[in-house]
Amino acid sequence: MSQRSGGRSPLPSVNRRMVLGAGAGSLATLLAGCGSPVATGLFGAAPPTRTLTYWNLFAGGDGANMQTMEDAYRKAHPDVRLDSTVLSWGTPYYTKLSLATSGGAPPDVAVVHLSRLDTLAKAGLVSSLSPDELANAGLPTDNFTPAALQKATVDGTVRAVPLDTHPFVMFYNVEVCRKAGLLDGSGKLKPINGPQELTAALRAAQRVTGQYGGVVTITNDPSTNWRFFATLYYQLGGTVVADSGTRITLDDDKAVQALTFMQSLTRSGLLPKSVDPGGTTSLFSTGKAGFLFDGEWQIPTYRDTPVRFDVVPVPHVFGPKLVAFADSHSLVIPRNGAMDAERRSIALGFIKSLLDSSMTWAQGGHIPAWLPVRESPEFDKLRPQANYVEAATAARYDPPGWYSGAGSQFENIVGAAVAASQTTSQTPAGAVRAMRSGLQPYVTAIPPVG
Amino acid sequence: MATTIIDDGVSAARVTSAGNRSGPRDEHRAGWLLSLPFLVLYLLFLVGPAVYGIVMSFFNATTVRPGLGKAVGLDNYRSILTSSDFWSSMGHTVWFTTLTTPPLVILALFFALLAERLHRAKALVRFIFFAPFVLPVTSVTLIFLWLYAPEVGLVPHWFEAVGLPPPNLLGETKWAFISVAALTVWWTVGFNFVLFLAGLQEVPRDVYEAAAIDGANPVRTLTGIVLPLLRPTVVLVTMLQILASMQIFNQMYLMTAGGPGTSTRPVMEFIYDTGFSDYRAGYAAAATMVYFALVLVVSLVWFLLRRQSNKEVGA
Repeated sequence: MSQRSGGRSPLPSVNRRMVLGAGAGSLATLLAGCGSPVATGLFGAAPPTRTLTYWNLFAGGDGANMQTMEDAYRKAHPDVRLDSTVLSWGTPYYTKLSLATSGGAPPDVAVVHLSRLDTLAKAGLVSSLSPDELANAGLPTDNFTPAALQKATVDGTVRAVPLDTHPFVMFYNVEVCRKAGLLDGSGKLKPINGPQELTAALRAAQRVTGQYGGVVTITNDPSTNWRFFATLYYQLGGTVVADSGTRITLDDDKAVQALTFMQSLTRSGLLPKSVDPGGTTSLFSTGKAGFLFDGEWQIPTYRDTPVRFDVVPVPHVFGPKLVAFADSHSLVIPRNGAMDAERRSIALGFIKSLLDSSMTWAQGGHIPAWLPVRESPEFDKLRPQANYVEAATAARYDPPGWYSGAGSQFENIVGAAVAASQTTSQTPAGAVRAMRSGLQPYVTAIPPVG
Repeated sequence: MATTIIDDGVSAARVTSAGNRSGPRDEHRAGWLLSLPFLVLYLLFLVGPAVYGIVMSFFNATTVRPGLGKAVGLDNYRSILTSSDFWSSMGHTVWFTTLTTPPLVILALFFALLAERLHRAKALVRFIFFAPFVLPVTSVTLIFLWLYAPEVGLVPHWFEAVGLPPPNLLGETKWAFISVAALTVWWTVGFNFVLFLAGLQEVPRDVYEAAAIDGANPVRTLTGIVLPLLRPTVVLVTMLQILASMQIFNQMYLMTAGGPGTSTRPVMEFIYDTGFSDYRAGYAAAATMVYFALVLVVSLVWFLLRRQSNKEVGA
């Protein structure tokens, strides 16, 4: 047929075989380059060795800082293609990371909150880092904040490289506190000790602002409620759960004592009874509240507003020594049978590079866990970060447990009970009962890991 | 909601009685052979996992580890049946179904009756009503997140325009349900609309003519003739809608993520949260089975209603 028609027409006629042949040929070329994204997508082939995938959960100011740090790595290592993915913060991030890892397709490096590490490690999702391996990569273990390194160690092995410590702290409005006579000669906040002194300071600030002495978010933010409560309750020496979350160890008297003090502040109108995160930002940034209790990661939020503020650790309301509620960001290498030694060393090199950029990371308010930077004169000059550097050594975290950690059910349950007490719709004793009954189903459930 | 087989239970019977003449054996074999690819996939990807799910619900299975883990007997069921979180999420699903089913059936019928009366541009109208249904859920939720956004959204602006304080459309439990229900009505009303339109076309022309000759006004024609003849379609659409609304997950997860707190979390998200985020595969499997049993009851009610309405139409 092609011969006969070929005589008449100058164009070669197209038959079925040719089309199929051409199709197969182009498919083969497509798949030939094993690094082609099509082949990777269709058949799950490993990307080229010198590509590094990195997952994190940083948006906003932290996200911008992290990008600067990634760019520094790219500049120093032009031969490695760094493929970075930002996923939405909190539980969705950990769900994706867990499923990708157990499905055999994890990123090479991932960011993990140390409060979440215990569960991930017990589920066998993160690889161990031996002291020798860390030392060879230029990351000797004695170069980290001890409290963070201890939290990064699960069952005797290091599972994560700590990047920072981010404590719950106290912000104060410099102008308001000056007028209230709360500053010393050098313009710094005079030390506050004990419940009476804190209440008095808030009352003095209230007289200046005419509205509130201070503010802490109560509505739609269980984690902040938990952090404020945990700071005071940990100062009293209390614990919430033990044995990987299988036993409630709440000390009712201490919890009621902490909650009663917190409620006395909202009941007397020194703090608002009901305020959501947006309301908190607006009250503190417009000088309608002299003090703010929140995480140091809010520093970039207020830097963009006209308010002049400074940051110090939350005062010793209870107990003899400083205790700060905190969490840490860390870097892990998820378990991956397909990862060879070369790839692993690239991953460790990337982690080292991020730690070397700790000064950039500290701009977001965080205290670097990498001591060569934290103890450098450069960081010492960084304000207000250097004011609360002691909080890193006194850091206390969420208790380990499969339902605990940053943004977890544990924080939701305890935080919701604290919020009910703060709005005065619940007595402190009732809130402690609500904590117990909320935690009960999780404590009695058979843990899925561990 | 992806595929729906519309079976009125009458036409199938006619087909089998008519095609009985040429070698029933050969045809049977060909039938089995032709459905084999489907049956293999069905067993492999639907029946298999479902059976595995039933087995898993009796074990402390962990999502991130292979194997079933420790056998726990009926413990998972015991704790699911006494879990207030599970039952409140079930309540949210039922509340969402209650909010969405009546408007989705009544509005679809209303629009179909109007569209049926058109003489021109019928295809265009059908397309306009069906078009939103073709959108992927991510696009729909993105559009509505903008519409509902406090301060900048169009809907809060409408509230202000008529002098009402704009509510927190997604941040307040009561409003979040209504907001997501409104989205769902806009998005899926076209599907029911098309089903009703098909049902209306089945109504024979001569019945209308007979009614007109007898001097029946349009309202009388509707209540006396069209609606009774449309009864099988109404039952079908209502039941399909209940089943579809009971499966609510996507819109709710993308719009509110079950929040504030867990106050709008539907049961499917409860299963997702416990099964994937908390790694409790066995526990989530037990929750799925309880939920499955309830959906089965709804389906049985549908089956009985349909059989009855078919009998009435046949008589």
